[in-house]
Amino acid sequence: MMPEVAVSASELDAESARWLRAFAAPGAAREAALARLHELLLSIARREVARRGPRLAITGPELDDVAYQAAADALLAITGKVGQFRGESRFTTWAYKFVIFEVSAKIGRHFWRHPAVPLGAEQWEQLPARFGFDPAREAEWRDLAAAVRRAVNIELTPRQREIFVAIVVNGVPLDALVIRLGSNRNAIYKMMFDARRKLRAALAANGYLPDDSARGS
Amino acid sequence: MNGWPALDRFLRTDPQDVGCAQAMEMLHIYAELVAAGEPAEERYPGIAAHLHACGPCGEDFEGLLAALRDAPG
Repeated sequence: MMPEVAVSASELDAESARWLRAFAAPGAAREAALARLHELLLSIARREVARRGPRLAITGPELDDVAYQAAADALLAITGKVGQFRGESRFTTWAYKFVIFEVSAKIGRHFWRHPAVPLGAEQWEQLPARFGFDPAREAEWRDLAAAVRRAVNIELTPRQREIFVAIVVNGVPLDALVIRLGSNRNAIYKMMFDARRKLRAALAANGYLPDDSARGS
Repeated sequence: MNGWPALDRFLRTDPQDVGCAQAMEMLHIYAELVAAGEPAEERYPGIAAHLHACGPCGEDFEGLLAALRDAPG
């Protein structure tokens, strides 16, 4: 028997169909499938934290904890959502997506254990370095940096400003901000998207950046 | 990054950008196309635009692609 999914077994590749049959099997067979999937998810999570590790302030056992938590939570998400699997990819690809998302969420949460900067701080002096401006050539970019700050204060709504300052000025990772604000990635990205558009338009209108509004960017 | 151009690139927005929700929803399909060498960017330009602009979604895409290429078993 197949579980209730939005696709028929005949539309699936053989491996995906086997996974779905195993999920729908009774007792020990289902448990064995879940154990096998957990093993795969843990392997993917470990590779993923190792891939991201060099860019994170997380090492050793903490990275392994992230991988374990991500695999466990991904397995829960998958078992809860298997009915939504539509067979548009292999089952394992769909499943791996969940563990990758969980790794991101766990890393975002981990940021607040040792935050480099409190949420309310504003490290405007760091802004030029974040975009790679050479300190030795400050005369060339001083006006632009001041114009960016002015535009942030004038053009953005308070919420857009809060998010822009956290992410761009203070360097808080977007996924970490999502957790601190109890929001979601899409909402924060949308806020940043609108902020970027407004700021670029203001900087272009004042001659700091090329004005190509006619191209609709 | 290198100053002026980096700031300009960062502030530019692509009207085709579908946002995180749709990109995350479709990520497994998109990644499988890319892993298979299919023209995913042509088929899903809005997702491609988003993955270029959104650091977290781009990172997830790279992770999923790596998982597909190196998957155990």
